[in-house]
Amino acid sequence: MAETTEILGIFDHGATAAAGARAVLDDGLGKVVAYSPVPDHALDQALHTKISPIRTVVLIGGILGCATGFLFPIYTVLDWPMITGGKPLISIPPFVVIAFELTILFAAVGGMASFLWLAGVPRMTGSGAPDERFTNDKTGISVTCRPADADAVRASLERHGAEEVKG
Amino acid sequence: MSFAKINDDILRTLRAPGPLWYGGVVVAISLALVGLYAFLYQARTGLGVAGYEHPILWGIYITDFVFWVGIAHSGTLISAVLFLFRARWRTAVARAAEAMTVFAVMTAGLFPIIHIGRPWFFYWLIPYPNERQLWVNFRSPLVWDVFAISTYLTVSAMFLYLGLMPDIAAARDRIKDWRQPIYKVLALGWRGTSRQWHHHAALYGFFAALATPLVISVHSVVSWDFAMAILPGWHSTIFAPYFVAGAIFSGIAMVITLLLPMRRAFKLESYITVHHFENLAKLMLTTSLIVGYAYLTEFFVAWYSGNVFEQGTFYDRMFGQYWGYSWMMFTCNVILPLLLFIKAFRTNLAALFVLSIFVNIGMWLERYVIIVSSLSHDFDPANWAGVYQPTWVEGAITVGSFGLFFTLFLLFIKNFPAVSITEMKESLEQPAGADPANS
Repeated sequence: MAETTEILGIFDHGATAAAGARAVLDDGLGKVVAYSPVPDHALDQALHTKISPIRTVVLIGGILGCATGFLFPIYTVLDWPMITGGKPLISIPPFVVIAFELTILFAAVGGMASFLWLAGVPRMTGSGAPDERFTNDKTGISVTCRPADADAVRASLERHGAEEVKG
Repeated sequence: MSFAKINDDILRTLRAPGPLWYGGVVVAISLALVGLYAFLYQARTGLGVAGYEHPILWGIYITDFVFWVGIAHSGTLISAVLFLFRARWRTAVARAAEAMTVFAVMTAGLFPIIHIGRPWFFYWLIPYPNERQLWVNFRSPLVWDVFAISTYLTVSAMFLYLGLMPDIAAARDRIKDWRQPIYKVLALGWRGTSRQWHHHAALYGFFAALATPLVISVHSVVSWDFAMAILPGWHSTIFAPYFVAGAIFSGIAMVITLLLPMRRAFKLESYITVHHFENLAKLMLTTSLIVGYAYLTEFFVAWYSGNVFEQGTFYDRMFGQYWGYSWMMFTCNVILPLLLFIKAFRTNLAALFVLSIFVNIGMWLERYVIIVSSLSHDFDPANWAGVYQPTWVEGAITVGSFGLFFTLFLLFIKNFPAVSITEMKESLEQPAGADPANS
């Protein structure tokens, strides 16, 4: 694997950071990771064009929950048939309540699990962001590049308004 | 206002607490312990120490259960429904309301357990393969309750935690005392990368969309505990919407009761403003009108049905042995909130605080009236003479539930950001660090 170096640009504004990140990517200078204290629309558009796959997991979770909510009560009443209240064993209306709740439960749990997976958490080793200001008021662009490109990356980040460049 | 100032101002609330907070926690824990003592006494002696008397076999415990589930609802309304409607004022109050939701559901969940005769067998309500080879009865509203409440608790706790994660990371990077390792674990290594935010935003939207039907469904299911029975005063199709409106009404009152002192103690006046309280007051007024309409509809339906038992129950409710509770409920929930039509009243925080306490009392009484007055006036006139007299055990457990709720809430607001730092920063819509005064 080729030797790489990491350059960190610290920006005051999310929008300028996004422009800096875009420029580095367009010039093919290296890989970019952006850090920000809030979800930043400009950064999101610059770096993530795909829709989050969480929606698919939520949908699958919901369908599984709904199916479980009907099939599980049906299984239990057939496993031990006992008439209560003169109602049929498989009485769908009351099972709708169970299916409704489980649809939401499974969708939410599925969504949460897929979020943890996609966001790469929990991540117990190492610290959080590379600079503590990134959870406060600064936006950061971390570029992993070849040492030969380091100067070009630094110049590009500074040109786009980085107030500080490290590494 | 800038990102850094928001960060400083909100994380400042996590600094070492003063005597007021310690005093509050001591009082709250003491009350919780009183409740715990009473519960242990009841568990040891038997349910006879509660004031149940045939036919009134549901009493204060079920009242407390419905009350606390109701309190939970405004948190989800504010955090999920208002998020979907892009009501931006919710930002300031959402976190505290979400936390309140989780703690209220936790408190509520204890009451069915306290209410059953052998609380150590409460897990029999959960369907799992067992040596008795029995399954739960899925046609029973009590089993629906188990599913509704546990789903609600799980989803609202995850929703709270999802929003909290970036804020815990902000606390981790700022608070340098003994809590830092705890924040480090709880932040789950959050780094604030654009990839994390990308998925965070997607899931937050889905959680809002999933929690919204829960606002409607959970209290509907709770209302069916009553409406599915054939008892006059309970067996009614309006129960679900009537309970949902009442739940949101009481929940908003509790949000006001909690936020006003919190805002003052933490000096958050520039974040939680009079405008926010006025909006809450408007929501409270709206739901109060719905609740008032439901009260009147119940009476109309009883009269129009021509059913003598239904009519008898409602006559008894207003003029029978529980008349005092009913009229007090009507005054607190329908008449006093009409003051909210006056803008000067809505923006007077002291008045709003007092009114919110009255609404809390009124909504507790509403559940008491629905449960006790209906049970005491069933189909058998021989039963009508009995009067339910709650005992000190039920009183102590009720007081204890408030103690538990306030303990959890106080611990939360001193250790976690009680206003969402992330959403506050987002609401600035300024480039990070820019001060609108200078730009």
